[in-house]
Amino acid sequence: MIPAGFDYEVADSPAHALELLGSSADAKLLAGGHSLLPAMKLRVARPSLLVDIGRLAESSYVRDAGVQVAIGALTRHKDVRDAPLLREHCPIVSFTAGEIGDPQVRHRGTIGGSIAHGDPASDLPSVMLALDAELVVRGSEGERIVPAREFFTGVFQTAVGAGEMLVEIRVPKLGASTGWSYVKMTRRAQDWATVAVAAIVERSNGSIERAAIALTNMGGTTLRATAAEEAIASGTPIDEAAALIPEGTEPPSDYAASAEFRLHLAEVLGKRALAEALER
Amino acid sequence: MRHVALTVNGERHELDLEPRALLVYVLRERLGLVGTTVGCDTSACGACTVLVNGEAVKSCTMLGVQADEMEITTIEGLASNGDLHPVQQAFHDHHALQCGFCTPGMVLASVSLIESGEATSENAIRIGLEGNLCRCTGYHNIVKAVQAVAGVS
Ligand SMILES: Cc1cc2nc3c(=O)[nH]c(=O)nc-3n(C[C@H](O)[C@H](O)[C@H](O)COP(=O)(O)OP(=O)(O)OC[C@H]3O[C@@H](n4cnc5c(N)ncnc54)[C@H](O)[C@@H]3O)c2cc1C
Ligand code: FES
Ligand code: FES
Repeated sequence: MIPAGFDYEVADSPAHALELLGSSADAKLLAGGHSLLPAMKLRVARPSLLVDIGRLAESSYVRDAGVQVAIGALTRHKDVRDAPLLREHCPIVSFTAGEIGDPQVRHRGTIGGSIAHGDPASDLPSVMLALDAELVVRGSEGERIVPAREFFTGVFQTAVGAGEMLVEIRVPKLGASTGWSYVKMTRRAQDWATVAVAAIVERSNGSIERAAIALTNMGGTTLRATAAEEAIASGTPIDEAAALIPEGTEPPSDYAASAEFRLHLAEVLGKRALAEALER
Repeated sequence: MRHVALTVNGERHELDLEPRALLVYVLRERLGLVGTTVGCDTSACGACTVLVNGEAVKSCTMLGVQADEMEITTIEGLASNGDLHPVQQAFHDHHALQCGFCTPGMVLASVSLIESGEATSENAIRIGLEGNLCRCTGYHNIVKAVQAVAGVS
């Protein structure tokens, strides 16, 4: 399978990337290419111009930003997994990056590409949503900060507009009373999530006081399990609250699972995620 | 056409490439290095794995132009002075191949895993090779071969 023909330019800075992106109506950014190239090989995507941002070394970093950790959009999954700052302050991000695909995928794919692609089956969007992360989007007018809750707008759709680029991801440093978990169910070892659940919990006296729960592959975008979160905040025991996790979701039926099985999985994996988050 | 320079198995090649040419076809069809195989063409099987700047990558999911100025190692470049690379020798010794179709990709994924220091246990090796499928299903001997080189039981 060979993609349809296209023009190709290499960006040497984020500003240059935006300039090139603006030069053609259906230009696309190329980061790691591990979502875009498979789509182009299937000819589901046929951009006329690819702007390669994969060589922007200055956009690959993990740095301390006070109460947050800032991650450059072009940081590869492998480097996110291995970053000491994330392992120390926000381990759910490094852990989940290590759960993506296989080593070959992690050597090429980037955190920015994973998030900007807006695939409801991708892992990092749920982690961003559960963390209430901030996404820094750059356009010709400058930069704006988009909260994760406003970022994922539909299937393969995000707040990144045409002619814009996701440049940085900011995640909070988690304190000692905050627990986390990402539980992913796959059909085959290297696969995408059939369903996965991200949980961030605030612990107090050995129980969960508050929880943020985000769901992968349970609808058109990553979703927060609001009903379950509210139940936990008002003191409902975890097992009972977990039964509310699937509420309001409309998961897909596909080769990997029926919608009905996904509703079941969301509850079971959610319960496991909450129990694990309470312990770590 | 775009002019690129690829260093493949230590040799520099200057080529004019169509941007849509996938790295695996540049290696096979332009450079005649047919040791790199195409199993699925959909990023799933790992047969096309090569090393790009020392790390395993699926060459069916990378454009040749993305490899401009990079160093690529294919199965043809592993042996030196007629001596098999230790991973190749271990595959031979442990009978880690049957039809051999997945083998170039398996060997290069194993080299990358060992060199990154991640081949720390039998389980780590199994997980580390999850991107490579063997249709002959000879996984046990493949894992044994990698264990032997990595020195883990
Ligand atoms: C075999 C295989 C298994 C995989 N398994 C998983 C998995 O288990 N979990 C998972 O989450 N993912 C998985 N992936 C996807 C992988 O994580 C991709 O790397 C990721 O989805 C896209 O990142 P990329 O850097 O490759 O982006 P690209 O493919 O280069 O780009 C994807 C899209 O985002 C746009 N884009 C890229 N960067 C930016 C930016 N900075 N700003 C704005 N737009 C941008 C591009 O224009 C394009 O539309 C898998 C992929 C493969 C091939
Ligand atoms: S041929 Fe590239 S992964 Fe199968
Ligand atoms: S040896 Fe035949 S596919 Fe692996």
